[in-house]
Amino acid sequence: MAGSSKIKITPPRWLLAELTYACPLQCPYCANPLDYQRHSKELSTEDWKRVLTQARKMGAVQLGLSGGEPLVRKDLEEIVQHARALGYYTNLITSAYGMDEARIIALKEAGLDHIQVSIQASSRELSDYLAGTKSFEHKKQVARWVKKQGYPMVLCVVIHRENIDEMPQILAMAEELDADYLELANTQYYGWAHANRDLLLPTQAQFTKAEKIAQAFKEKVEGKMKIYYVVPDFYEDRPKACMNGWGTTFLTIAPDGVALPCHSARELPELNCPNVNEFSIEEIWHHSKAFNFFRGDQWMQEPCRSCDEKEKDFGGCRCQAYLLQGDMYAADPVCSKSPQHHLIQEAIDSAAKHDNTQNEQPLIFRNSKNSRLY
Amino acid sequence: MAINKILPLKFSPMHRLQWEEAQQKEVILYPEGMVELNQPSAEILKLCDGIRVLGDIVETLEAKFATTGLEKDIVNFLEDALKNGWIQQN
Repeated sequence: MAGSSKIKITPPRWLLAELTYACPLQCPYCANPLDYQRHSKELSTEDWKRVLTQARKMGAVQLGLSGGEPLVRKDLEEIVQHARALGYYTNLITSAYGMDEARIIALKEAGLDHIQVSIQASSRELSDYLAGTKSFEHKKQVARWVKKQGYPMVLCVVIHRENIDEMPQILAMAEELDADYLELANTQYYGWAHANRDLLLPTQAQFTKAEKIAQAFKEKVEGKMKIYYVVPDFYEDRPKACMNGWGTTFLTIAPDGVALPCHSARELPELNCPNVNEFSIEEIWHHSKAFNFFRGDQWMQEPCRSCDEKEKDFGGCRCQAYLLQGDMYAADPVCSKSPQHHLIQEAIDSAAKHDNTQNEQPLIFRNSKNSRLY
Repeated sequence: MAINKILPLKFSPMHRLQWEEAQQKEVILYPEGMVELNQPSAEILKLCDGIRVLGDIVETLEAKFATTGLEKDIVNFLEDALKNGWIQQN
């Protein structure tokens, strides 16, 4: 175990319940693991209820119900009802595919607090292409129903090279749908997005232009719509404070019951992430090897170990350090102090050489057929 | 944003105010976020019931804590709360 036993362990606040990896959409930037087909076994309704009860007892209060597509679970209402009774603030994170107004009402009655609807782009053609499914008009309809039924409506658009130049149209769509919150999530390059990075990573000029437009919009709609802007860390010179620090705040439970300190941690070697079928959340959070692995700073190498900013960003993202340089103990290469920082520029240069219109290397869509290749 | 003295103050139906046992604090919950409140702030928000106006809230709290001169602090907090969307006036 890399963590020290003297570290004060704070309770989990955020529980992300990935109810299933099944999804009718095929977004090429999906954060699920590439080999999700290998983990198709799912927890039962009773398992999820037990997990929710145990985590709530420890102090978790924000609950994300995600996937895959959580609507695929027929017991979603039952899980929501259990969560509400425990006092969670329950967030449904959905593609809206397969949702109808009756289910929106049933979920409200069960105690669901809010619905986040994702739309892939501002035009039907591009949105349907990226989703791999004809879904654009229906998603907009669901967003209107969510508003009508009195939920706070969060519209989420993942931003990448294919849609970043549409920023003004995306913002107009959010206004037209009267979103209460707009999440503009610049793609983070894990899972399927990592595999498709050469075709998804925009140029710095595109980022800068889009950010300026989003910033002006944020000021314009202040008091009416809140904007969550997820920064593109490849164009930053300091890494993100990933997960607010390892094992401090966030707990993800994957569809098969594996407990993860972040939703990409499955990709890291040596962690032996524990399963909720074998251990309680209390045991997992306090005593498992995986959750203690990167707690504190004893695991750090230079330049992190002696860095005066290590309390601020915790050395950045472990998964990114591993994915880009094969060393999960290293500084996140996004950091300009990292000896491997050149890898970021190389990734940017490599992406710039790929021209999506030439179709020389098609996007790998997230589906079962492609998942079996990993 | 200024507080209108005539209109009732109402806690936003888009947020939830709740006691958290683990933190021993009242918190405001909203999509993907949480704000921890100190006791005076929580006391003020609990009185934003859609019926009371500013004067009623000041009077209630001054009586409860057997003191005077709370209006300025209460207005300052409510202005922030209005800006953050925690309360409504309409």
